[in-house]
Amino acid sequence: MSVLIDKKTKIIVQGFTGKMGSFHAEEMIKYGTNVVGGVTPGKGGMKHLNLPVFNTVKEAVKNTGASASILFVPPAFAADSAMEAADAGIKTCVAIVDGIPSHDMIKIKRYMRRYSRTEKMTLVGPNCAGVISPGKAMLGIMPGHIYKEGKIGIIGRSGTLGYEAAQQLKNLNIGVSTSVGIGGDPINGSSFKDILEKFEQDDETEAVLMIGEIGGPQEVAAGKFAKENMKKPVIAYIAGLTAPKGRVMGHAGAIVSAYGESAVEKVQLLKECGVIISKNPSVMGETVKLALNSKT
Amino acid sequence: MDIHEYQAKKILSGFGVTIPRGGIAYSPENAENKARELGGSKWVVKAQVHSGARGKAGGIIICNSSLEVAQAADKLLGKKLVTNQTGPEGKITNRVYIEEATDIKKELYLGLVFDRSSESIMVVASTEGGMSVEEISKNKPETIIRSKIEVAVGMQKFQAREIAFGLKIEPNLIARAADTIIGCYRAFSELDATMVEVNPLVISNQDQILALDCKMSFDNNALFRRNQVSELRDKTQENPNEVYASDRGLNYVSLDGNIGNIINGAGLAMASMDMIKLAGGEPANFLDVGGGATPEKIVKAFKLISMDEKVKVILVNIFAGINRCDWVAEGIVQALEKIDIKVPIVIRLAGTNVEKGNKILKESKIKYIEANTLEDAANKAVKALGN
Repeated sequence: MSVLIDKKTKIIVQGFTGKMGSFHAEEMIKYGTNVVGGVTPGKGGMKHLNLPVFNTVKEAVKNTGASASILFVPPAFAADSAMEAADAGIKTCVAIVDGIPSHDMIKIKRYMRRYSRTEKMTLVGPNCAGVISPGKAMLGIMPGHIYKEGKIGIIGRSGTLGYEAAQQLKNLNIGVSTSVGIGGDPINGSSFKDILEKFEQDDETEAVLMIGEIGGPQEVAAGKFAKENMKKPVIAYIAGLTAPKGRVMGHAGAIVSAYGESAVEKVQLLKECGVIISKNPSVMGETVKLALNSKT
Repeated sequence: MDIHEYQAKKILSGFGVTIPRGGIAYSPENAENKARELGGSKWVVKAQVHSGARGKAGGIIICNSSLEVAQAADKLLGKKLVTNQTGPEGKITNRVYIEEATDIKKELYLGLVFDRSSESIMVVASTEGGMSVEEISKNKPETIIRSKIEVAVGMQKFQAREIAFGLKIEPNLIARAADTIIGCYRAFSELDATMVEVNPLVISNQDQILALDCKMSFDNNALFRRNQVSELRDKTQENPNEVYASDRGLNYVSLDGNIGNIINGAGLAMASMDMIKLAGGEPANFLDVGGGATPEKIVKAFKLISMDEKVKVILVNIFAGINRCDWVAEGIVQALEKIDIKVPIVIRLAGTNVEKGNKILKESKIKYIEANTLEDAANKAVKALGN
């Protein structure tokens, strides 16, 4: 198994006919993802990449049975598209886009409160590389071939640092069940904790690698969740040892503004929760391997 | 994006917050005229720089005559003000704000920020105005009032009243105080702010509630729909290399070390800097050329790093995904043919088509040190410092 998506998941692309949407839709299809169509308002009825284009997400869901979507729309329209997906009954929506205003993210999350827990869409991102279940499906912009199929769940804020981790694991012959990029923004659709919860319930995930960074309370909240609710080992690396306080380090969310948000403090707090720490980014793979060995 | 105090005051006054009368000046003569125009016998001359703690740094001068106002302006204008927030290089004072002096009865603290845990807007207030919020949390934590505001419906009157009563404001001033707090909330919410801070918010001897010092920051991601805010950007308050970078779509933060970095992705950039530190070096900067790492961005990145005189070694770490390493390598070769770089360069490529990429680098005329892993790259960069 895997979390969020598998080989059968029917996927639509929002912003399908644009340059980004087209390019990445093709990459996803090449990987074997079950892309069933797309949405571009005003272009409904067209065919694009041999797949149907719809005017609205509702129409697309009705005609294709899609349950997942990926957004390739400009930041100014992203909130609208995400809410449209939620309203149309999409279960998993990945927002790749970087640059959504924080006020808009809050709006999306408030909007989604109208749905019950079972009906609610899982929004992943924004400002992320997406989700991949190696060998099954890719709902994102990552290079699929660096991921080996296997049993480690990865959750990370950063795209390329996540690739680095996947490659280190692959070099050690360790595979990944699903890798989820939650994105580098201050307010994101799913938190580390939200995804940890899914991995804990997934039969084929044996351990989870969490790749965090400075800023915000999420890594520590996930650590507390793991301590209280998880049987599977959680391994973490926190980037940003050298980041000065009060400066934004690339990701809008990577800013230390309160106690517990620097790399050193997060590492300390995670250790107290029993999370295994990868002491530097070049041993993420090794640390996972050690954790797996000590488990058996 | 940060703005100046006088700009924040103007914005807040548009939302019903009372501010002392004042005006901006660019020269001592200008300042003297402003003081006369304002009238009265006591003024405050305030350096307009993007920093708090200006008072302790000598950036706020109380004057008892218009001549003193001119002298104060002369002392501040054109000089760099060094506060405990600006770093040793300080920030240039290009304008001063002349304000009528206020008879202060009581100083309060009022701040609004995003609360990332609850994903709402949080009001933080305290009876101990004048101190920084960090100092208040440290020395008088019991005075801090916190109130979470549900953004879907906005701040309610009762919430503002509760905060005002919590600040021990006299009953006859509660309604006025509540309007002030709601005004700050509306400015925050309607202008895509990320921070509003009024410190101190004062009650004057004449029972006025006044925003005596204000700070506002805005969400860069929302500037596209806030023209009146983005016009307030003052690039003279930012690090010149950071301005150069942001104008070219690069994410750059200048730091104190001597190993320059060119990396794709913010997380990988922070991770590479961690490795430099662990290897015994110090990064000169954070630089994210974007996950895509296009050749154009790489050329711009090399130009930017070559402008920084502190840099003694350059570390390039690119994990190529959809954009293959061979393409990235061509970008690096192009960049180094255009820009003359005198310091050693360590290059680590990883990801799609890494062999092809390394082959292109090897067959080119550029001089560089090849590295294979993150750790190898950091170690070689630190070692190259000694050569």
